[in-house]
Amino acid sequence: MSSFGLIDALPANLVIVGARVIDPAAGTDVLRDVIVRDGAIADEPAPDAERIDGRGLVVAPGFCDLHVHLREPGSSGAESIESGARAAAHGGFTTICAMPNTDPPIDSPELVRAGTRDVACRVRPIGAASEGRAGEAAADLARMVDAGAVAFSDDGAALSGTLAKSVFAAAAELNVPVIEHAEDPIHAAGGVMRAGAAATRLGLPPWPPEAEIAVVERDLALAEETGAHLHLTHLSTLGALERIADARGRGVRVTCDVTPHHLALTDAWVAGSRRFAWEEPDTDASRAYDGACRVNPPLASREDALALLAGLADGTVDAIATDHAPHPPERKLVPFEEAAPGIIGLETALSVGLAAVEAGRLKLPTLVAALSAGPAAVIGESRSLAAGEPADLVLFDPAARWRVAGESLASHSANTPLLGMELPGVVRLTMAAGRITYRS
Amino acid sequence: MTVTAAAPAWAHRHLIDVEGLTRVEIERILDLAVQMRAARTERRDRSLLESETVGLAFYEASTRTRVSFELAAKALGATTVDLSVAGSSVTKGESLVDTLRTLERTGVSMLVLRHSAAGAADLAVRTTGMHVLNAGDGTHAHPTQALLDSLTLREALGGLDGRLLTIVGDVAHSRVARSNIHAITILGGRVRVAGPPSWVAGLETWRGVEVATTVEDALRGADAVMALRVQLERGAQLDAHAAEWRMDDDRMELAAPGAPILHPGPTNEGVEITAELANGPRSLIGRQVENGVPVRMAVLALLAGAA
Repeated sequence: MSSFGLIDALPANLVIVGARVIDPAAGTDVLRDVIVRDGAIADEPAPDAERIDGRGLVVAPGFCDLHVHLREPGSSGAESIESGARAAAHGGFTTICAMPNTDPPIDSPELVRAGTRDVACRVRPIGAASEGRAGEAAADLARMVDAGAVAFSDDGAALSGTLAKSVFAAAAELNVPVIEHAEDPIHAAGGVMRAGAAATRLGLPPWPPEAEIAVVERDLALAEETGAHLHLTHLSTLGALERIADARGRGVRVTCDVTPHHLALTDAWVAGSRRFAWEEPDTDASRAYDGACRVNPPLASREDALALLAGLADGTVDAIATDHAPHPPERKLVPFEEAAPGIIGLETALSVGLAAVEAGRLKLPTLVAALSAGPAAVIGESRSLAAGEPADLVLFDPAARWRVAGESLASHSANTPLLGMELPGVVRLTMAAGRITYRS
Repeated sequence: MTVTAAAPAWAHRHLIDVEGLTRVEIERILDLAVQMRAARTERRDRSLLESETVGLAFYEASTRTRVSFELAAKALGATTVDLSVAGSSVTKGESLVDTLRTLERTGVSMLVLRHSAAGAADLAVRTTGMHVLNAGDGTHAHPTQALLDSLTLREALGGLDGRLLTIVGDVAHSRVARSNIHAITILGGRVRVAGPPSWVAGLETWRGVEVATTVEDALRGADAVMALRVQLERGAQLDAHAAEWRMDDDRMELAAPGAPILHPGPTNEGVEITAELANGPRSLIGRQVENGVPVRMAVLALLAGAA
């Protein structure tokens, strides 16, 4: 039986015995005990501390997701801050960054404050870069930062051409990142599936990689000029990674994330395959055009998915972010091109990453860093399992398997093409700021 | 029906695309269509589908396809219901899936669906229990059109093995072209697609399909030519291409001697094809229309397990 806790609950006392402890901040990966006393990592346990058998399990710093949609404010019913936070805790996340493309958009200090409550993980709001996310007038960026916004984004769209430079300049001054959904609508031209042989055969409007690359190039130039910290989210093309690597060589402040579905799923999934990018695609035409596979940017070509994985392995990619995008069934049970774009990811991100680890495409410490210390650093936070730090961690069984099903998810929504698949990786315990937020 | 005796059970409940059918299966459809054509002339076999209710759900305008499906169903004794979208609850915002489930509950056993979105027929298969016949989904597939084109070509050329069909027009946005690529290649023929680059964009990724971007390269050696309808609503630039790519009797001389011209209709005479060519001795356009009913009779009978 599983249960959830709140982040303002009583601090925990426990000892996890004999686990594999991966701490990217310390660069360590060792078998040891982890002691939590009064909510902090300690050397000596409290006398009444609960002992948890950690053998065969992994302890990692609590995960941080730079990109989630909690649909609040809004009336879709697809998610709430509470349900999204439970989904996060279930997936091992202790911090999630909430995107502002809500209804209405989070574009004011009041709405930023309204987004932080006592739930099963920390919720860090991202403020809209423009008023109403309309791309015309800049939002009140400074006051949103005062209210707790950790970044700006007009996610769902790239910053408009008229605003981009001034937003970058303001972000540089306020020292918060601009999180960019890199997609040029002119190049995208209504495309719903990555351009390529599969899109041609399926007759779906093609989405060319240039749609992403064009905005990445513009933003790199603006970041270089203004000195702002640019964070490019949900990248899906090799071309984007190449340009980022080049820009870093010139000293541009740029970080980036990829989603689990762009790393592991491919455009072949739209045609009915359910094999990961590192496997040979299968063909089951009866699964073709599943609205669950509609996402923006569209699922990548196999070559690009493998390039994103390689980018994660070689450090070009700083973080995995889920772009957890819940939708009610009626917005997915429609013809593919009419389906609302988005895939939920908080509860499957670790499992998809572990599938890549099992396939030899990723090392476990790299996966852990990309889910924890890597993304935390983007918003100026840290993650550490050193003594004295607040216990912010996840304990998971990397080998145990579970079947993805609507009933097994804490999210209000179940829009993922992984439904029905058996995946590795079961979270046993999540602790945020010394409190138990999930255990099974 | 005399053909039913020895034939094995048909392996498919639906016809979503030609892709996925074997050569033997396609030939069986075409052979059955030939028999249906004769039976229809003699007004035989009017009760093969008398236990079926065929629902015609056309979310896009259609004359040939809708009328020929209706006549095919009636010729085999089926009851037909016509969901005329303009006068239905679709205009009140009902979703496609809800509408199709309603049709199923009212007793429709076989759904003929045309929709502007690719994959609409797949969605119908996943969400209802009806037999689904795809009458055109977005730019994805139009399998009965490709089957009637295959029958027309088979009879005109005496077979498709090794024969080259050139398809001229906006192939990138054509479901007719996609389904014909599958059908002709499965039947042993070859396909070349031709037009200015924007009309054949993406087709270079289709293994086994030749791409030509000049009229001369397009027609050289073609055993048959199919002109596609220019979607005039796609914009003025395509009109310029249309003049450059209009099929006429002179251009057809570049193809193999006597090569026939096909067109899925409706034609824009003077745009993608001249009236003289469309109505002249090379034209198979009338034969294509005539083959529409028997091919759809054959498909309905096979999917219903009645042939």
